[in-house]
Amino acid sequence: MNIELHHFLVLSAILFMTGIIGIIFHRRNIIGVFMAIELILLSVIINFTAFSVYQGNISGQIFSMFILTVAAAETALGLAILTVYFRNRGSVDIEAETLIGEDKP
Amino acid sequence: MIEASDFLLIAPEILLFAGVLVTVVMAAFMGDKRAKTVNIAVLLFFALAGYAVFFPNRVSDFMGGMFPLFLFNEQFIEDAVSRFAKGFILIASSGIILLSWTYFKQINNQKAEYPVLIMLAVLGMFFMVSANDFIMLYAGLELQSLALYILAAFNRSSAKSSEAGLKYVILSAISSGVLLYGLSFIYGYFGTTNFAELYALVSQTQEMPMIAAVGMVFVLAALAFKISAVPFHMWAPDVYTGAPSPVTAFFATAPKFAAFILLVRLLFQPFDGLSQNWIQAIIFLSVASMVLGAFAGLAQSNIKRLLAYSSIANVGYLLIGVIAGGQYGLQAVLLYFGIYIINLLGIFAVLIALNKNDKPTDRIEDFSGLSKTNPYLAFCMMILLFSLAGIPPLAGFFAKYFVFFAAVKSGYTALAVIGVLSSVISAYYYLRIIRIMYFSEPMEGAALRSDFAVNAIAGFAAIAMIGFILMPELFSDLSLRVAADILIE
Repeated sequence: MNIELHHFLVLSAILFMTGIIGIIFHRRNIIGVFMAIELILLSVIINFTAFSVYQGNISGQIFSMFILTVAAAETALGLAILTVYFRNRGSVDIEAETLIGEDKP
Repeated sequence: MIEASDFLLIAPEILLFAGVLVTVVMAAFMGDKRAKTVNIAVLLFFALAGYAVFFPNRVSDFMGGMFPLFLFNEQFIEDAVSRFAKGFILIASSGIILLSWTYFKQINNQKAEYPVLIMLAVLGMFFMVSANDFIMLYAGLELQSLALYILAAFNRSSAKSSEAGLKYVILSAISSGVLLYGLSFIYGYFGTTNFAELYALVSQTQEMPMIAAVGMVFVLAALAFKISAVPFHMWAPDVYTGAPSPVTAFFATAPKFAAFILLVRLLFQPFDGLSQNWIQAIIFLSVASMVLGAFAGLAQSNIKRLLAYSSIANVGYLLIGVIAGGQYGLQAVLLYFGIYIINLLGIFAVLIALNKNDKPTDRIEDFSGLSKTNPYLAFCMMILLFSLAGIPPLAGFFAKYFVFFAAVKSGYTALAVIGVLSSVISAYYYLRIIRIMYFSEPMEGAALRSDFAVNAIAGFAAIAMIGFILMPELFSDLSLRVAADILIE
């Protein structure tokens, strides 16, 4: 069996949906949400690389490099802010009551 | 091809980048005790960059029809709209640095890194408004967002601020993922990431392929998140409430403007040939934003949350201008945003002056009776709120007038009617603040604390709102000329 473009696209779509579902249904820990976000970005990288080979031009692969670096920076910042949050609240539980939200009558 | 003159033409970005490097070293060595020096250095670099944006012979380029200029292998575009946007971004950010100084002095949290982060965000916005390639778009957008994450969580010891930062990081990262997923499909179908090449390819295609349509919808959703249009607005009220007040002011002005310019550039340059496909989506975003912004603002007791809903409603009005399209629709968008930024800066100046028992507060009831203790700021606030509500003859009225007029002229009368109705509803919550300020008894301990920066910015904004009627053609001609530059003939 030859591996064609659509195999890559299906793989990346599955990864993307896994990420989205992970964010929506994750109920324990914010770190899990960050992992799900990483999954989404990696699915995009697969997409770009596959399309780059399919189109025969290099800019998709360059774009993938950009995404990899920026994703690393984004996660680092996210974890730093998570640390600050943990210091203030004492937990990184998603279902902990939030301090900001709509006024409760 | 890269030419030597390209480097001269991106002088504002080079100056800002050099400024970031210099001031970050200054911040590291001088520490928080001499944060004032760093603030002044950042303002100085903003002034230099502003001079570079409007450098004399570069203005003559514009007059002589030299625009648009493509730099660095068409990665970067230099045209009238990018310069217009850069001017306003610099004005808004300088005002916000001045206001932040006042605010952080009140809570004793003057950090030397703060202005450097603002400058990094500004650099990112400069790249956003000048992007002519998806890679540049993404790099600029992320540079801006990364700085904004830290700014939202800047009050490190405040649980609310860090919660706002965390919410913003997570939601913004998801939206970047969605944006990239959409971009990958557009790249996959057309085989290019360049706007100009994309424009040529899109105008040749007769029928919109499914895969590119899906990609475009993803990209639109992500950008709607950045400008907080309903139904992608959920982050805005929470982040606006939790973030420190000057950071909220920053969120509401410069980044939103940059994202909006980016959206307009995408829709009218590469995706211009697909307007049949995107116009329905934009109409939905516009109507939903106007209606939700007008109704949800009614029940708020926190002024920052109220301003978040007000900015959602304003995004709805701005999108009407995009739907109307053409030179007049885009003129209305630029005019509206220019007036709105100045108006909001003034309102946030007054909000930063508001405190109770020497602590900053953001409850609306703390405004009660402040016209008696500080008549000057209360009067400025009244003018600014009247303008935001769209009451003639203030500038805010003309902003709305241009937008609705453009909509009627392009045959979208129903949209203009919805816009007028929702602006009448939202006038209620602006006028309520004025009523509380002028006709209630003062609260114990609440005061508007005057300060040079606050008085100057609030006064400048109020005068600009009143003075607009004296020479409206000055600004409307400029925005008309800039709008013509967005459209590719």
